[in-house]
Amino acid sequence: MEGGASVAIFWLLAALTVGAAVAVVMLPNIVHSALYLVLTFIGVAGIYILLEAEFLAAVQVLIYAGGVAVLLIFGVMLTRRGHIRQSNPFNSYHVAAGVVSLALFILVVLALGRSPWHAFPGPWPEDTVGAVAEAFLGPYVLPFEVAAVLLLVGIVGAILLAREEKGEK
Amino acid sequence: MMEYAWLVPLFPALAFPVIVFVTRRLRLLSALVGIAAIAASFVVSVGILVEVLQAGVTMEQPVEKALNWLAIPGPEGWLLKIEAGILLDPLTAVMLVVVTLVALLVEIYSVGYMHGDPGFSVFFSYLSLFSASMLGLVVANNFFMMFFFWELVGLCSYLLIGFYFHKPEAARASLKAFVTNRVADFGFMLGFFFLFLMFGTFNFRELAEAVPHAENLGLLALAAALVFIGPIGKSAQFPLHVWLPDAMEGPTPVSALIHAATMVAAGVYLLARAFVLFAGLPSVMLIIAYVGGFTALFAATIGVVQRDIKRILAYSTISQLGYMVMAMGVGSMTAGMFHLTTHAFFKALLFLGAGSVIHALNEQDIFRMGGLARDMKITAGTFIIGALALAGIPPLAGFWSKDEILLAAYSHGYTGLYLLGTVVAFLTAFYMFRLIFVAFFGPRRAGLHGHESPWTMTVPLLVLAVLSVVSGFMGAPFVAHGFSSWVYFGEPHHVEPNYVVMFTSTAVAILGIYLAWFIYGREAVSHEALSRRWQGVYRLVYNKYYVDEAYLWFFRRVVLGLAEAFNWHDRNVVDRIFDGVGDLVRWSGRRLRYLQTGHLPVYGLVLFAAVVVLVIWAAAPVIGGIR
Amino acid sequence: MITLSHYLALAGLLFVVGLFGALAKRNAVAVLMGIELMLNAVNINLVAFNRFMNPGEVTGQVFALFVIVVAAAEVAVGLAIVINLYRRRLATDVEEADWLKW
Repeated sequence: MEGGASVAIFWLLAALTVGAAVAVVMLPNIVHSALYLVLTFIGVAGIYILLEAEFLAAVQVLIYAGGVAVLLIFGVMLTRRGHIRQSNPFNSYHVAAGVVSLALFILVVLALGRSPWHAFPGPWPEDTVGAVAEAFLGPYVLPFEVAAVLLLVGIVGAILLAREEKGEK
Repeated sequence: MMEYAWLVPLFPALAFPVIVFVTRRLRLLSALVGIAAIAASFVVSVGILVEVLQAGVTMEQPVEKALNWLAIPGPEGWLLKIEAGILLDPLTAVMLVVVTLVALLVEIYSVGYMHGDPGFSVFFSYLSLFSASMLGLVVANNFFMMFFFWELVGLCSYLLIGFYFHKPEAARASLKAFVTNRVADFGFMLGFFFLFLMFGTFNFRELAEAVPHAENLGLLALAAALVFIGPIGKSAQFPLHVWLPDAMEGPTPVSALIHAATMVAAGVYLLARAFVLFAGLPSVMLIIAYVGGFTALFAATIGVVQRDIKRILAYSTISQLGYMVMAMGVGSMTAGMFHLTTHAFFKALLFLGAGSVIHALNEQDIFRMGGLARDMKITAGTFIIGALALAGIPPLAGFWSKDEILLAAYSHGYTGLYLLGTVVAFLTAFYMFRLIFVAFFGPRRAGLHGHESPWTMTVPLLVLAVLSVVSGFMGAPFVAHGFSSWVYFGEPHHVEPNYVVMFTSTAVAILGIYLAWFIYGREAVSHEALSRRWQGVYRLVYNKYYVDEAYLWFFRRVVLGLAEAFNWHDRNVVDRIFDGVGDLVRWSGRRLRYLQTGHLPVYGLVLFAAVVVLVIWAAAPVIGGIR
Repeated sequence: MITLSHYLALAGLLFVVGLFGALAKRNAVAVLMGIELMLNAVNINLVAFNRFMNPGEVTGQVFALFVIVVAAAEVAVGLAIVINLYRRRLATDVEEADWLKW
């Protein structure tokens, strides 16, 4: 993409993503947090497109925004207690958490600011889907299959964990 | 008979378990067993003595039989060799006869003296055990074995002093004897261990050959001095004499046998046995001579003012032992052993006589006695004979032996010690006849009547009286092949009579007797007035120069103080360390417990805090801007 | 020019925000949301590195895809646990879940 527009879009998307993420974390209403989480996911998908990883962006929207977020909202619904407006408070350690997070952020920024990145901007495969597909069925076929098994295990586990006991209501 | 020498200690050793396990209820049988055993030993001992003298066994060529008790071979020769063996020479033979004879007489005497005592059989068993130990000590051919029996003899002394165990003074006295001897024995032990380190052997004969060639005279002197500490304790020399007067708490036969004739003589015997160790060390010999001389004077002065009949005799024993040790120190092993022999007879006689008096009157303070010569003729007569012998009146035994010591001191150049010995002779005569005039003559001060003792007690008195008269002749200068040609160090020698010494000592003794008669017999001067006039000195001497008090002070202040200090240290420093470790663990555990909150957010926080730290640490160069 | 560092900084910020959410919230579902944010940040990192450092291969994207798969499974199972907890203790408050303590 061309320089000026992509720069502007980057900053826009970055602001959107980070702002939504902050909202997720700070809002006291958990349903609001969940919705802003969806917005964050979409923002991230935009970043992927900026990085020319279209397939990934599509997957992101499908899975994350469409799957995980919905799952989380279901979870919210099933575990409701008390008033929904105060369903997402801070715990006793939020100050310490803030300190640690800030420290980590400063470190990371310092580290990457002072590291010598040697970038090799080179040809990027146009057809990312194809390249990814070739990778999955080629060198990474084993993790691919294992991932399938993992998903199966996850489903079974989730069902087991969440099912009702006999005798319970 | 010499090949049966091992039987001599064995007979009484067997009598001990027999009496303890078999005949304990049957008192007279126990006594018989004990007496029979020691009588058998006596017979064998006499036979050995006769054979030794006839077969020409000499001090240079003794008979020795040994077997290895514990032998560990080393790279060169033996790493450690402890033998159980018998060494027979005239010295041993003489000691054997003396010990067995006095023991036999004492055991016969005890049948009468201990009559009615609930521990009658036990008494005989202890006496047998003691005799066995003493005889074992005498025949031992090496330091280790001798030390073994030395300690055993000390044990028997403890048992016998504390025989009347229900009396607290007796229990204390027996403990005092044992502890004092233990201190001395420690020095002794160090001494002969040193000798082993230097020469590689405990055996007397091997040492006799090796010691004259010793190179490190300083170390040898140290070893010799340490070995001498043993006799200081066992033979009650100053400053370890304190146990002997207290040992009088034991029954009088015990005092006679152990604390007069035999056990205390063991120290002197050791000096004779190991004389080669000292002979070449003039410095050590000097110490020995002066310790002996000082002890002789020291004890004699205390004996002059004592009231208890046994205490007087006890201090007399200490004084006479001082004579013997002094004789060893001035170089005459012969004179020391000669006096040991005669002293055994007349001191045992005196003690048994005192026992006869105590048995009759149940009293021990001489100033509560009086006129006993009228009531107890045999006892009084024999006692006077004993006292004359001790005082050194010719021709009784003590005269010859004491004179030989004085002569040795004089002729070897120790004029000071010679004069000291003469003064002690004066004091000896004085205190003995003070005792006699007060107890046996004069009015019956406390109205106590004596009666003569049974024959079991008077016959040994008579036998010992005879011995006190005649035993001196074997060592008299007029005898051609007397004591000095059998028992000697160096070469057999013949003692030349020195009339000056003889005359002086006799005169001094007579002077002492006269003075005693003057004050206590005729009562021309009141002894109470004298003691009041010289009150300070009197009190000092009467209280034994406060040596016991000094020891007690030392013990309380120094030893217990040190113990307190160590105790404090142990409690507060050492224990605190251990308790502190425990407390530390407990304290930190209690604090650390709070980390396990189970609180997931906390866990997460700690995790990421750690991540932050790790990142700082790992990426420090990068973050710091270093490329 | 948007360089690698920009993307990395963005990812870092997103990660830190997610971390804060995971550590500082009481509701268990909110914690899960924070975790999801962190995973997304990681994905951005992976793709950015791939794009700028090694554009010849799509390894970064593949990795990111796997992360998404695992994240999805993890959310499912995590929610199942939370629901289970809710049913037993009638609480989804992380602060009250202290059964791992001494």
